[in-house]
Amino acid sequence: MAYSFIEMLEYTFMRNAIYAGLLAAIAFGIIGTYVVVKRIVFITGGIAHASFGGVGLAFYLGWDPVFGPIVGAAIFALSSALGIGILSRETLEREETTIGIIWAVGMAMGAFFMRQTPGYAFSPASYLFGNILMLKKMDIYLLLCLIIVILVSTILLYHKMQSTAFDEEFSMVVGVHTMFLHLYLLCLVALTIVFLIKFMGVILVLAMLTIPASLVGKFTHDMRKIMFFSTILSAVFVLTGLWSAYVWDFEVGATIVLEAAGVYLVVVFLKKLVSVVRSREEKSERAIVSG
Amino acid sequence: MSQNKHPALELKHVWAGYDRYDILKDITLSVEENEFLGIIGPNGGGKTTLLKVILGILKPRKGTVRVFGLPPTQAHHLIGYVPQYLSFDRQFPISVWDVVLMGRLGKLGFKPFYTTRDKEAAMEALNQVEMGEFGDKQLSQLSGGQQQRVLIARALCTNPKIILLDEPMASVDKKMETSIYEFLRELNKAITIILVTHDIGVLSTYVKKIGCLNKYLIYHESKELTKEMLEAAYECPVDLIAHGVPHRVLSHHPPEGE
Repeated sequence: MAYSFIEMLEYTFMRNAIYAGLLAAIAFGIIGTYVVVKRIVFITGGIAHASFGGVGLAFYLGWDPVFGPIVGAAIFALSSALGIGILSRETLEREETTIGIIWAVGMAMGAFFMRQTPGYAFSPASYLFGNILMLKKMDIYLLLCLIIVILVSTILLYHKMQSTAFDEEFSMVVGVHTMFLHLYLLCLVALTIVFLIKFMGVILVLAMLTIPASLVGKFTHDMRKIMFFSTILSAVFVLTGLWSAYVWDFEVGATIVLEAAGVYLVVVFLKKLVSVVRSREEKSERAIVSG
Repeated sequence: MSQNKHPALELKHVWAGYDRYDILKDITLSVEENEFLGIIGPNGGGKTTLLKVILGILKPRKGTVRVFGLPPTQAHHLIGYVPQYLSFDRQFPISVWDVVLMGRLGKLGFKPFYTTRDKEAAMEALNQVEMGEFGDKQLSQLSGGQQQRVLIARALCTNPKIILLDEPMASVDKKMETSIYEFLRELNKAITIILVTHDIGVLSTYVKKIGCLNKYLIYHESKELTKEMLEAAYECPVDLIAHGVPHRVLSHHPPEGE
């Protein structure tokens, strides 16, 4: 195993994938924690799928094949993030209906434009599920910039972000610009998704923004610890996923998600088992005492 | 202009609601400093909406709101707010400290950490509600009554001159209720208090004045709660049983009135 890991490092595309994956782990840990505690998983899903429309449009308009899809996806992801963010606060429109529509329309536009792109037999799978062979140095640098922004914002705005997520009204009353923070967070979510398109794809990234944080959240209610340990956990998932994908020629993104989901299920099961056993023990102890 | 010349709270012909649907109709209310006003009314009668208008979260369609002479958006530093218990996620990962310190958020700016003064204010507020030793606990580990105390501490941590409480006894047992009322009475020596609830039973001897709210506000600047007031507010017949104790409010409240 150690040998195959070192061997894996000899390939540039695998090294790029590891850099991207480790940076991604930080985004999964921090942004994922906000997504989970703020209960915006569905919004995140909407933004992720909407971004696919931008990928299609970039191909249709014949934009640069390396950056075009990223730029297109960023435009769609950011505008859907702002759109959902504002609509959900300003109107009584049912939020989930709006998100569902944006979700489907984004995917439809992606499929539509790709089909209309002249002379292009393009498979959308790379952008839906990721393809680490597409990762360029530039993608790593972009991701690095985003991670720096995320880290700095989290340090400077931690209390305000946490408070706004916990009780938006009260935060507003004491003078926090909650609407700005809400939109800012959704934009960070959008950019995280966009910059990880090549690594995991728009669909799979959703799993990594929810599973590690909610897994750690089962063991601690300290938000800083959730962020820290879900980053570590994400890094473990990413590295083992990349390694097994390399050794057995698995699909990278899918392997990472299945691994995370598998661990999640096992942990939920074991936790349930422990609590059942404990309550049985307590019952029998009580029976002994009263008997 | 000195703030003392103004009433603590003044609403003039306020109409407010959501989506062209009026929840508050023609509310006129003046509350003097150091008042303890209880407002009762059925669920959906506009109690929380009234608080949101006072807090500046909801803009009234018509009419004016003044808190110590200031429009609500400029009076944030004067108001403490204890929201309804059910309005937030009780499993949210946040420590008691961080909840209480939210009262100082407005002063935080772009500093990543609270100052020593912020922490002292939070400690003082926690001690005031006798929750000093629970600071390091997570909010989710506390009982309903303890969480309610933490929320009151958070409101106090802003150093308010007026405090608004929305259904503060909803999650609290009888014993805790009495102790919170005792605490509020003590607090009332320095701070104006407005408390809204749908439960007539909780409006005890501590409240100085009572109003009834069901879209319209019926308020005579007194503590007397008449049969007419209640019937107008609850739109159903109400039996009011006075137990011979002056200014004591006790009543039978038919459940179908909610």
